[in-house]
Amino acid sequence: MNQNFKMTSLLTYTFKNLPSTSKWALRFCVRPLSSSSQLQAAADSQTKSKKTLAKPNIRNIVVVDGVRIPFLLSGTSYKDLMPHDLARAALLGLLHRTIVPKDVVDYIVFGTVIQEVKTSNVAREAALGAGFSDKTPAHTVTMACISSNQAMTTAVGLIASGQCDVVVAGGVELMSDVPIRHSRKMRKMMLDLNKAKTLAQRLSVISKFRLNFLSPELPAVSEFSTSETMGHSADRLAAAFAISREEQDEYALRSHSLAKRAQDEGLLSDIVPFKVPGRDTVTQDNGIRPSSLDQMAKLKPAFIKPYGTVTAANSSFLTDGASAVLIMAEEKALAMGYKPKAYLRDFMYVSQDPKDQLLLGPTYATPKVLEKAGLTMNDIDAFEFHEAFSGQILANLKAMDSDWFAQNYMGRKAKVGSPPLEKFNNWGGSLSLGHPFGATGCRLVMAAANRLRKEGGQYGLVAACAAGGQGHAMIVEAYPK
Amino acid sequence: MVASRAIGSLRRFTASRALRCSGYICRSFTRSSVLLTRTHINYGVKGDVAVIRINSPNSKVNTLSQELHSEFMEVMNEVWSSSQIRSAVLISTKPGCFIAGADLNMLNACTTSQEVTQISQEAQKMFEKLEKSTKPVVAAINGSCLGGGLELAISCQYRIATKDKKTVLGSPEVLLGILPGAGATQRLPKMVGIPAAFDMMLTGRGIRADRAKKMGLVDQLVEPLGPGVKPPEERTIDYLEEVAITFAKGLADKKITPKRDKGLVEKLTSYALSIPFVRQQIYKKVEEKVRKQTKGLYPAPLKIIDVVKTGIEQGSNAGYLSESQRFGELAMTKESKALMGLYRGQTQCKKNKFGAPQKEVKQLAVLGAGLMGAGIAQVSVDKGLQTILKDTTLPALGRGQQQVFKGLNDKVKKKTLTSFERDTMFSNLIGQLDYRGFEKADMVIEAVFEDLNLKHRVLKEVEAVIPDHCVFASNTSALPISEIATVSKRPEKVIGMHYFSPVDKMQLLEIITTEKTSKDTTASAVDVGLRQGKVIIVVKDGPGFYTTRCLAPMMSEVIRILQEGVGPKKLDSLTTSFGFPVGAATLVDEVGVDVAKHVAENLSKDFGERFAGGSLEMLRQMISKGFLGRKSGKGFYIYQEGVKNKNLNSDMDSILASLKMPSQPDVSSDEDIQYRLVTRFVNEAVLCLQEGVLATPTEGDIGAVFGLGFPPCLGGPFHFVDLYGAQKIVDRLRKYEAAYGKQFTPCQLLVDHANNPNKKFYQ
Repeated sequence: MNQNFKMTSLLTYTFKNLPSTSKWALRFCVRPLSSSSQLQAAADSQTKSKKTLAKPNIRNIVVVDGVRIPFLLSGTSYKDLMPHDLARAALLGLLHRTIVPKDVVDYIVFGTVIQEVKTSNVAREAALGAGFSDKTPAHTVTMACISSNQAMTTAVGLIASGQCDVVVAGGVELMSDVPIRHSRKMRKMMLDLNKAKTLAQRLSVISKFRLNFLSPELPAVSEFSTSETMGHSADRLAAAFAISREEQDEYALRSHSLAKRAQDEGLLSDIVPFKVPGRDTVTQDNGIRPSSLDQMAKLKPAFIKPYGTVTAANSSFLTDGASAVLIMAEEKALAMGYKPKAYLRDFMYVSQDPKDQLLLGPTYATPKVLEKAGLTMNDIDAFEFHEAFSGQILANLKAMDSDWFAQNYMGRKAKVGSPPLEKFNNWGGSLSLGHPFGATGCRLVMAAANRLRKEGGQYGLVAACAAGGQGHAMIVEAYPK
Repeated sequence: MVASRAIGSLRRFTASRALRCSGYICRSFTRSSVLLTRTHINYGVKGDVAVIRINSPNSKVNTLSQELHSEFMEVMNEVWSSSQIRSAVLISTKPGCFIAGADLNMLNACTTSQEVTQISQEAQKMFEKLEKSTKPVVAAINGSCLGGGLELAISCQYRIATKDKKTVLGSPEVLLGILPGAGATQRLPKMVGIPAAFDMMLTGRGIRADRAKKMGLVDQLVEPLGPGVKPPEERTIDYLEEVAITFAKGLADKKITPKRDKGLVEKLTSYALSIPFVRQQIYKKVEEKVRKQTKGLYPAPLKIIDVVKTGIEQGSNAGYLSESQRFGELAMTKESKALMGLYRGQTQCKKNKFGAPQKEVKQLAVLGAGLMGAGIAQVSVDKGLQTILKDTTLPALGRGQQQVFKGLNDKVKKKTLTSFERDTMFSNLIGQLDYRGFEKADMVIEAVFEDLNLKHRVLKEVEAVIPDHCVFASNTSALPISEIATVSKRPEKVIGMHYFSPVDKMQLLEIITTEKTSKDTTASAVDVGLRQGKVIIVVKDGPGFYTTRCLAPMMSEVIRILQEGVGPKKLDSLTTSFGFPVGAATLVDEVGVDVAKHVAENLSKDFGERFAGGSLEMLRQMISKGFLGRKSGKGFYIYQEGVKNKNLNSDMDSILASLKMPSQPDVSSDEDIQYRLVTRFVNEAVLCLQEGVLATPTEGDIGAVFGLGFPPCLGGPFHFVDLYGAQKIVDRLRKYEAAYGKQFTPCQLLVDHANNPNKKFYQ
């Protein structure tokens, strides 16, 4: 399989890359003119043509395509792998899908949250393993659940500023294994032991050993600044917005049902199969489990006991997975003969109180990004919001629909309005498809792009919340057919 | 240092009170239903649950007053007689306050112990009815739940509290010299165990919700909510109500039992306590401890032990009877009147009677990173005030910064702060050696060495860099502010802010105004002090202001008494047994012999013979030998790191011997020695009021108790005069005057009060 990839990429390299690798400077100068004319043409050809979001003097940036390996419940088929294995699989899948020559890629950025300490720059390890040129730099970013969004917007920045033409952005998370460390005291003793020269010194270091040194240190599950776990915060958020357990269960059921339908109808086309060494080839997500409201009602609250409303069934689950997208300057993509899937347009990062508004990022980011792009809620045809918890999604919908909240907490004159549910996460969301922290952002963008292509429509809005009280939103515009 | 120990418990109490309420009174009536005729309570029915909402009008807090009591009874009778209602929720819609306690005015209005006993018995009856209610009642607690409020809550079948810093449960009655008179002495021991119940009732300490849950004082916790469909406080109360309703239903349906699983330790303890011998030992131990700590000066703690004991050993009927009787007796004691007076005074001194300043201080600068400077910085940064800490050398600055960090970090160790909160607070502190950024300072507090020339230099330096509106405050214990202000270009902006050491523990702030200080400057200083969490007295400028001036004659007498051959240990025990938290000789060591000498010299220049008594030579000789008190390791005592029992400094013997004076037997009994000290203090305090240094007796009492450790059981010098009798004090002064001279001459105002028994400082 690997051999095949190499063969094809070699071929495509010679075939596609020859005309475009040189004369970079020249192209840079003429680009604005050419791209805007192209765009004009593109917009004209659009049936449901709204205005264009192209900006003068800024390059148009496109997603050529994107893939993800199936998202699996952690502790299942990926459990013996390492994060860079998953990331490598996503990269190889992307290479296979787009047949992009490896050498064309100027840069690689990956997002991840829980870092494997052996591969702290997981982007680089995965890229090398996937056979990318060792001359292609790679870095890893982290911004909690919007890490791969950050990877993509980093790519956008690199391309827009003219630093690069072709960037691979992605994200990876492996929750089946997390770095559990020795305690600080134990670590200190071990380091001291390293420095001890003589036997006497060593013995004196060892003599300080106490049994409690052996208690391990787990990666934090709670917010560092507030010491509150996210589920706990979500439960409080749901309560603050007076969202009942039933509403949350219903929303979760909707997510699973829609995901199931999308899976059955083969709409989740961003998935690439992954042959796990020593196991069967994984071809689809395994966390989609439509249940019944009665079944869900039986679960006990997971965080605020005994009367909370957030349960295992209405929360996203721990997930292993990786995703990658190929991002290019539009003229580069066209020159290489690609038919891109979507433009990446305006984006926005926001942050707010990490205690009481931890998961309200989408509420803050949505109106801002719409304003920046000069759009309204009505212009959006596909909403793809990250579903951390049912309660979080419903709270965000309620907050966006509240004038009181907009005026008192967001400094706005009026509410932005809540997205219509018929356009909202129609192919499932993180609750059902899974949520590998570092990899979800690319999935959202690809879901928006693919939905726009499938359902027809021009604009998609991607939004997500993240630990630390941060949030992100981005406009994805369908590439004209 | 001085007063902090003894009044520690008082402070805790007030801290919890201070946390209370930020004033959202207008909101509460939006959700009322069914009956609007009542003023304190309204109730509605949700399904089969009665929701009883308390919100006393025109007050920041709910108190158990006569009206609230009767309205509550009315409502409960309706609940009990309604066939539709199966359970009830009791909640306060006042933000930050469930019920803050009994209405003190109701107790003060009583003139006999029988009246008070009757109030207690009525409350007992009501709560007993509540306890025996067949329809479960859930107390939903958000905010302070103190005294009578707690007694009401623990009479309910179930308690749910918000896990908020403002939610504090406690029985602070002991701090007012009384006991919980509505059943808590009987219910608490059963609910949380005898040891914990004693701890609560004898210290009066407030218990945060999470701790209360662990103790079994509350059954469930509710997390406070952030903004959502409503403002956070409002929505949290709604949410608490919703949760309480589900539990009320659950209890009515018998799906939930109010019984709680006890841990192994708890089971063992309760088993041990079922053995009469063990119980007797506990009573004995607790009593011993109380006697040792109160020195028999405070009757309430012993009565509490007695009442609890009666209830457990002789049954609850006897217990309730004893509780109400002792309650009545205690309410009539001088100690209780003194403590309640202090409590009222403290509340008054937590208000800014100068109004809001024109410009709120946002940027503070503190000069001098010594003990005081760093302490002032610490109490500022932890309230979110941006503070520059400036010193002249890096080591001095570093020491100060470390002091602030340590102060904050100690709170992390005690788990009252998280390490993250500590870090953000510490980020409010900017340490520097120059005047950078002073152009943005709204207030500069200098805490440099007590030397007039140095203070003048600093004032001139600072005035060259600060903006026009900036207030210059001087932290000095004795240098007159008007003298410091002589070199100022804008004396209306100069004020004194006298902090007490250690600043983070001592509650008092004495603000000193000169004739030129503007009202806005004073308002600004009081505002900053209040934000720093201080209890504030505002006094007129003069040598020693108020606090130092009162202390000085007493200190002079201390030296005289030592010269007369009374040993430091004996003197210490005489003063502590009178109610001072720290013995007089120890106090000199704590203050610092050099500081004491400095102050004494200055003040005796100004006040002459009234400050005579002991010979300053003793202090001079001590200084020459390096006996500066605790800071130098030697004073009257020897101070060693890690040694708990301090020993007398034997090198003092020769100094004491060389300055020995004959004692006069007729004024040297133990009691006379105590009164020689106290009457001089009191006389000077009254003189300060007479001269207008003090604006009110209240400030005099608060300053003396919270700044100098005047015995709280006496309520401060002015309460003392009122309760003990001016005539008796004047008689004593006259007696000592005859023996020693003019330093004991009673001041005119005191004589006036003695001549007219109807004249009281507190009407």
